[in-house]
Amino acid sequence: MSIAITSPQLKENAAEALKDAQLQEALAKVGPGFIGKRAAAAAAMPEFDALRDSARDIKNHTLAHLDLYLERFEEKVREAGGHVHYAVDAADARAIITDICKRLSAKTVTKGKSMISEEIGLNDHLEAQGIIPVETDLGEYLIQIRHETPSHIIAPAIHLNKRQVEADFRRVHTDLPADRDLTEPTSLLAEARGELRQKFLVADVGITGANFLIAETGTSVLVTNEGNGDLTQTLPKAHIVLASLEKLVPTLEDATQLLRVLARSATGQDMSVYTTFSTGPRRPQDGDGPGEYHVVLLDNGRSAMLEGELREMLRCIRCGACMNHCPVYHAIGGHAYGWVYPGPMGSVLTPSLIGVEKGANLPNASTFCGRCEEVCPVRIPLPKLMRHWREKEFERHLTPAPQRYGLKVWSFFATRGWLYRPATRLAMAALSLLGRSKGRFSSLPLAGGWTKYRDFPAPEGDTFQAQWRARKASSRSNAA
Amino acid sequence: MSTSRDIVLASVRRSLGVTSGEAPRRQAVDDRLKGHPAGVVPARGQLAPAERLALFKDKVVAAAATLDHLPSTAEVPGAIAAYLRARNLPATLLRGADPRLAALPWQNEPQLDVWIGPSDGRQLVGLSHALGGVAESGTLVLLSGPDNPTTLNFLPDHHLVVVDARDVAGDYETLWTRIRALFPEGPLPREVNWITGPSRSADIEQTLLLGAHGPRSLHVLLVGEAG
Amino acid sequence: MTSFTGPASSAHARPPRVGLFCTCLVDTLRPSVGFAAAKLLEEAGCEVDVPRQTCCGQPAFNSGDRATARALAEQTIAAFESFDYVVAPSGSCAGMMKTHYAELFAGEPDGMIRAEHFCAKVYELVSFLVDVMGMTSVTARYEGVATYHDSCSGLRELKVKDQPRTLLASVEGLTLNEMADADTCCGFGGTFCVKYPDISNAIVGKKADNVVASGADTLLAGDLGCLMNMAGKLQREGHQIAVRHVAEVLAGMGDGPAIGVAKKD
Repeated sequence: MSIAITSPQLKENAAEALKDAQLQEALAKVGPGFIGKRAAAAAAMPEFDALRDSARDIKNHTLAHLDLYLERFEEKVREAGGHVHYAVDAADARAIITDICKRLSAKTVTKGKSMISEEIGLNDHLEAQGIIPVETDLGEYLIQIRHETPSHIIAPAIHLNKRQVEADFRRVHTDLPADRDLTEPTSLLAEARGELRQKFLVADVGITGANFLIAETGTSVLVTNEGNGDLTQTLPKAHIVLASLEKLVPTLEDATQLLRVLARSATGQDMSVYTTFSTGPRRPQDGDGPGEYHVVLLDNGRSAMLEGELREMLRCIRCGACMNHCPVYHAIGGHAYGWVYPGPMGSVLTPSLIGVEKGANLPNASTFCGRCEEVCPVRIPLPKLMRHWREKEFERHLTPAPQRYGLKVWSFFATRGWLYRPATRLAMAALSLLGRSKGRFSSLPLAGGWTKYRDFPAPEGDTFQAQWRARKASSRSNAA
Repeated sequence: MSTSRDIVLASVRRSLGVTSGEAPRRQAVDDRLKGHPAGVVPARGQLAPAERLALFKDKVVAAAATLDHLPSTAEVPGAIAAYLRARNLPATLLRGADPRLAALPWQNEPQLDVWIGPSDGRQLVGLSHALGGVAESGTLVLLSGPDNPTTLNFLPDHHLVVVDARDVAGDYETLWTRIRALFPEGPLPREVNWITGPSRSADIEQTLLLGAHGPRSLHVLLVGEAG
Repeated sequence: MTSFTGPASSAHARPPRVGLFCTCLVDTLRPSVGFAAAKLLEEAGCEVDVPRQTCCGQPAFNSGDRATARALAEQTIAAFESFDYVVAPSGSCAGMMKTHYAELFAGEPDGMIRAEHFCAKVYELVSFLVDVMGMTSVTARYEGVATYHDSCSGLRELKVKDQPRTLLASVEGLTLNEMADADTCCGFGGTFCVKYPDISNAIVGKKADNVVASGADTLLAGDLGCLMNMAGKLQREGHQIAVRHVAEVLAGMGDGPAIGVAKKD
């Protein structure tokens, strides 16, 4: 389904998420599931950090020459018999795809997991045109039948448990015996495999995303563990690749460098199960493969990001490591972020794509703990870029009034030390006196955000600076 | 009226502060495409042939595939028959037109019913010949075409892949060099498939299960000794 | 016996002059951390002074108010640049000064050079004692089982990880029990904890669970912000775990009231 933007309501979304026991149970597994696997994979590869540097450099080089690599990619796709379509925005991309589907009289299209498809709201659009989209990645299928959106960029249904999946399968797969056993994930997977196998075989068009586009050869690269992306692109009459501009890399070797860090960062695998390099449509002598190959290159705000520090965000290879290691994501899950991309990468990307007016909450809702940057395979300085958005918000006077006012008062004192020091002495003396008996406060005026959940310690008494100076003075007078 | 292409490329150039004409930029791009530098190649795969093959076998198994190491191609049909028997599978399989597969001594296993062509989803067992393997991760590299139709890699429940031990490289880059040499004039095959273990999903409660959409089992028939 | 392997043990050099950046939280709420830091620095052979100061500017910087952050950076640099070293009992403030000050002077070549010169002298307290002064042990006693929380900025911006554990190992009577996820954020995040109290509470709730599960009776860390957050949560939940800045214990000053605990009359 297409995504209504609820990022401005992040606080409300988060409060709901924190109360949702099922969600919290699922989220509790995110950290333990991903963090150790990535760490083990990184530790087993002595060159891992060197590969990350290499990956970063490849992306930087490509982005600095993106116009030229795009032209080269286009030329090579054409030489291989494929077609390249540029899309300025979401509407443009949707129109290109529906035109292809209609020309081929497509009734159903199978789809590999694609965050770009979520970004442009493709499924709703296809349905409105009378074309049935079928998500084939298991996680995407689960959320499609629930009319939900992904809560994670590589594990879209990570917010669900097996009981919920069982209930959905019973609701949707009504042609199967009601007394079947669906208590275990194995039986759920087997049922999904059977259902989707039929869809694969009858689909008219297959739409996938791409992890990389290779300029040298006009190739799209798709990585999956399930093999759904391969069935999606191989069996129908046409394969449409939907990818954003920044997926470009120069050469096969460059893609290989990035692949070495992708799966390790994402799931801790050396390599995902299926890494598929697709170039053009089937050849005349081929017995299988799609008759048409189209690549839709989506801009939708990315070309503007090439200017300035946000260019660094375009290095992102969508591994999900940043959200897998994010304490905020662990607490609230992906839906609370209120649009397509959650976690730290979403907190930087979303304001670029939907505007800082709507997206400002996201870069603010970070503790700046820095763990995302620490694990990013292409070394994106995510906290720095979140701070960039906070600066834009501040510059445009979008910061919420209480916060802005508080900051102003504090700045006034902090930049005037001669006023700050006596004022803090006075305030601390008063607070210290008030809190003397208990040593802490369980409520304080103007500090409700703190004391709602925690006690606040009473100051010890006079400030350190005042005490230090007093001691120095007395030791000098003693010496004299 | 400008096309979407013109609008996007102009916007990219505006943000980068470039025109399309700067010679040094074009040179940098041409150099990279022609030179295709390898970058950082892990030491893990850079081994003497015997150790390299041992690493490949370990990594194949670590990826949840199974493997038979056979002295020569003569043993391949027998090993396939034994594989099917052990799993109570019908003695039927589908393969592509690859001359290396055609040349196997199928007559040694007359009960095996061997069909040729792409899969339509009704076959339980597919057989392919890999271009090579990569020891670094236990990855098989296959090329699409009439010799080894892509559907065989994904539709049957069991995917059996023959790979010559001499074609097992330490790293992916070695295979790219070979592929470039095979297609010097132009496009790559419709698909180059890297396959590392059988299909799997962890989308339900992060429980890893094999056999999501692709083959439930991947069986590697490794033939001969490292060259 | 406090011992050293580093440069300060060489007898001839003039003692390094350290400007103690006490941090605004220590200055106002817990001066005893400042005195503990000064004591440790003096034991390490430094000459310590505390120039007049306010705040490093991080709250402004992280709120997007670059102009205020730059003004505070300039004020701090002016106050401290005559010292050999600038040391703070906080990875967060030290990280701000060391890794972010220079960028605040982007486009001002002179300011940038001055800032870079300053940044090179900035250290977090415990890593300074170990990495620069060569301290390998302290003379201190603390009866208890402690667990140590790695504060994010110190850990990730300044690589403070082993240094506090090395020194804590020499504290007589102290046992260190590592908690699960010691290197996971406590949910403080400066203004984050009051801007997004519900999320912050969920994060510090998990941290408190890990602290309790470690079986420790004392929680230590190198940043007062994180400590106040964790102490406040543990106290609200009714746990009797003493929360202290690591400098207090290393300086042998761990006998005063813990954070948020009343002085005995």
